[in-house]
Amino acid sequence: MQELDTAGLGSVRVTRKSDTVVILEKDLATEQMVLAMGPQHPSTHGVLKLECLTDGEVITQAEPYLGYLHRCFEKCCENVDYPAVVPYTDRLDYLAGMNSEFAYAITVEKLLDIEIPRRVEFIRVIVAELNRIASHLVAIGTYGIDLGAFTPFLFCFRDREIILGLLEWASGARMLYNYIWVGGLAYDVPADFLKRVKEFVNYFRPKAVELSELLTENEIFVKRTFGIGIMPADVAINYGWSGPMLRGSGVKWDLRRNDPYSIYPELDFKVPVPDGKHSVIGDCLSRHLVRAWEMDESLKIIEQCIDKMPSAEGFNSRSAIPKRIRPKAGEVYGRAENPRGELGFYIESDGKSTKPVRCKARSSCFVNLSAMKDLSKGQLIPDLVAIIGSIDIVLGEVDR
Amino acid sequence: MSTMVISQFSIPFLMGNSLNAWSDALAGFYLFGLPLGLVIIAAIPLVFIALYSLTYGVYGERKISAFMQDRLGPMEVGKWGILQTIADILKLLQKEDIVPASADKFLFVVGPGILFVGSFLAFAVLPFSPAFIGASLNVGLFFAIGIVAIEVVGILAAGWGSNNKWSLYGAVRSVAQIVSYEIPAAIALLCGAMMAGTLDMQKINILQSGSYGFAHFFLFHSPIAWLPFLIYFIASLAEVNRAPFDIPEAESELVAGYFTEYSGMKFAVIFLAEYGSMFMVSAIISIVFLGGWNSPLPNIGSVALNDWTNGPVWGAFWIITKGFFFIFVQMWLRWTLPRLRVDQLMYLCWKVLTPFAFISFVLTAVWEIYRP
Amino acid sequence: MEEGKVISQLVKESAAAYSIIHEKFGLAISDFDANETMPFFEVVDASLWTEIALFMRDHPKLKFNYMACLTGVDYPAEEKLGIICNFESLALLNHKLAVKVKCAREGGSIPSVACVWHTANWHEREAYDMFGMTFAGHPELRRILCPEDWEGYPLRKDYKVQDQYHGIKVPY
Repeated sequence: MQELDTAGLGSVRVTRKSDTVVILEKDLATEQMVLAMGPQHPSTHGVLKLECLTDGEVITQAEPYLGYLHRCFEKCCENVDYPAVVPYTDRLDYLAGMNSEFAYAITVEKLLDIEIPRRVEFIRVIVAELNRIASHLVAIGTYGIDLGAFTPFLFCFRDREIILGLLEWASGARMLYNYIWVGGLAYDVPADFLKRVKEFVNYFRPKAVELSELLTENEIFVKRTFGIGIMPADVAINYGWSGPMLRGSGVKWDLRRNDPYSIYPELDFKVPVPDGKHSVIGDCLSRHLVRAWEMDESLKIIEQCIDKMPSAEGFNSRSAIPKRIRPKAGEVYGRAENPRGELGFYIESDGKSTKPVRCKARSSCFVNLSAMKDLSKGQLIPDLVAIIGSIDIVLGEVDR
Repeated sequence: MSTMVISQFSIPFLMGNSLNAWSDALAGFYLFGLPLGLVIIAAIPLVFIALYSLTYGVYGERKISAFMQDRLGPMEVGKWGILQTIADILKLLQKEDIVPASADKFLFVVGPGILFVGSFLAFAVLPFSPAFIGASLNVGLFFAIGIVAIEVVGILAAGWGSNNKWSLYGAVRSVAQIVSYEIPAAIALLCGAMMAGTLDMQKINILQSGSYGFAHFFLFHSPIAWLPFLIYFIASLAEVNRAPFDIPEAESELVAGYFTEYSGMKFAVIFLAEYGSMFMVSAIISIVFLGGWNSPLPNIGSVALNDWTNGPVWGAFWIITKGFFFIFVQMWLRWTLPRLRVDQLMYLCWKVLTPFAFISFVLTAVWEIYRP
Repeated sequence: MEEGKVISQLVKESAAAYSIIHEKFGLAISDFDANETMPFFEVVDASLWTEIALFMRDHPKLKFNYMACLTGVDYPAEEKLGIICNFESLALLNHKLAVKVKCAREGGSIPSVACVWHTANWHEREAYDMFGMTFAGHPELRRILCPEDWEGYPLRKDYKVQDQYHGIKVPY
């Protein structure tokens, strides 16, 4: 009896009877299969392609391929004036346009070193936090879809629709607002806007509870996300994770607190981090919980802003906008806490031109997604879907 | 007196009212030496599946899910979107019937057919009414459990023949799931069969009739009957790939599972088979545990609700209503629950449902022997 | 920095961090540019960049564990390409510092720090994709946002878009 190895086709144990070879036992050859997940796949949240090497249902390696939605944001910025970049920033993270505009505006303002009217700051924070809730609703809803629960998604979109209506009322657009300008706002908020926002806050509180009862507290949902895709805090920092992803790993780090901008230091809100009672710190469930908790905090922020809002008397939302934006020569790296993490802008000005020499967007999704390769190793296909969903990528921001 | 009125009402075609009268009469109907009556018997469940899946399955599910999700559902085609199904059919008919170039053409075409035949064959032994059953087999229940396994072949043929990795994953998952879940499902049904002492579907129904209505149903027959009932319900969800066990067609993982590559009428046939199976398992659970075509209403003194609401036509009404109720529960679960993972599904089957099915089997046996 | 102007706390912290690095590497790094918006220093001897990066990450008084951003920049006047990295000691010491590294415009190479911070992996790929400098020691240096067979480096100031890409007319 002897063993033959037949070049990758599995080993075959044979014996010889006189001249003929008799096969005693034959292992079935197995090989790994390349599975192209995306760019058209329901749960890659856009046009992301993951080239997976699978052994049955187990993924041995997943390599992300990006760039299907690359729209040359940075090249565009170099060819337009500073204020004209704002509409482009909307199209980075199209689910949180206000936050992206906010980040860009404070970055250029830092470079210009100008004072902003207080009412502008309050309105900015309100619309940004509203947009954060809308964005988290999409994140939570689509995460439900990823795990097979369809109804929470529609509940989320029902409530998000109200936010979009409010933001449309203020800015004139549903998603791509062009509302927060460098040095001010496009318009003051309409009369009664704050009242309606308050109504929304009161309406949304019980809805958020309903949502968490339907999805977050569901036994199957917890089973699907508990302990899946664990990212330790130090590795998360090394990967440059930020936002709910980093907080999901237990690092209490929120730019609104730790690198405060605008009026956030005056506001009272918590930075939610998982406590390890409900979830394993750093797993998909933690990240989901952080998002759900953050919506509550955003509601609190909005309420405080409405209470503290300076009056609209003699207010001109464009009063602080410079006639011509031409910063002095220099560089700046400014950032803000987006729903998906740290959105940073590196802007270089030569002091002569009204266009940025270089404008780089440091997108949170791009950085968060870079850990995909490590996270997906050895996971099942359903878990891979759960992990992608918990990273909550927006391909517009990844590919820019 | 009033009983007479009702039973007169339930004599269509003057075929008589006794057990299997309609189907026997039809079976004996020959035209020019051809067994036309048998064709009609076979056509009745077919027409039923088609009608029910078009109305309740497609339109009903859309509306039900819409109400659960705080939206309106189809509203454009006709009043309340009532003609939506017809629009869907027209769309499906017009769709190009694509067979992928690199697919295994034979398996690809044959797959949906086998799938449908598998789910349709079980209808042969479903008693739609006291007077109607396709084939009154003395092993009816066994036949119904066994014949459904043919679906597995269809799914595997469809998934393998598509030459698509997602389809293959879907097919393999589906086969593993159906084969596994048949075990607790069959054991749970066996509990029902033990209570009845027969596998004949009509006899199981007859044993559950009586003037107290629902109190005669096997579900209330023994103190542990709820356990096999629950086990069979959960297992039947998995057998027909409904949520939370819809992992073979998990749209967020496997695009659409084994029917990713199907379009047009073949796609419609797969759906028809799925709706057929949904009703089939719902009918089986109501026959074995909830009295099938028996009215659940009891006679209260002189108000003989049970007598009034029994009879061939009423029987058809009750069994279809009970079936639809379970389909409604299936939809309800589908629009509420997330999906389990593959390994969790297998865990549930082998480590939870199967042991409990055995326990309920033993307890039922003990109960049947030492019943007071 | 002009005399008499108030230096903010942030810049002071950055300056303190800089002095520690300066002590170790001396002339390999340039003077500290203490501007208010983004205090930075430049690595003069680019070959020491990985070493400096490791030192910055691991020194107990620096602990720059977080790379916020890595930006590629084109300096056509100096005939150079460069990267700008923004560092931060996240949740530990909370100071920030930016570092610039430059290389020759044609065929220039910068040591990779992907082994020091995972963040740098994709950002360096992006800088390579957009500017064309190579990163020595990068685990897999290939284009990330543009297609693999794209010609030229789009964010260079003198970039001319290619006429045809797989038979598709590119400039519109």
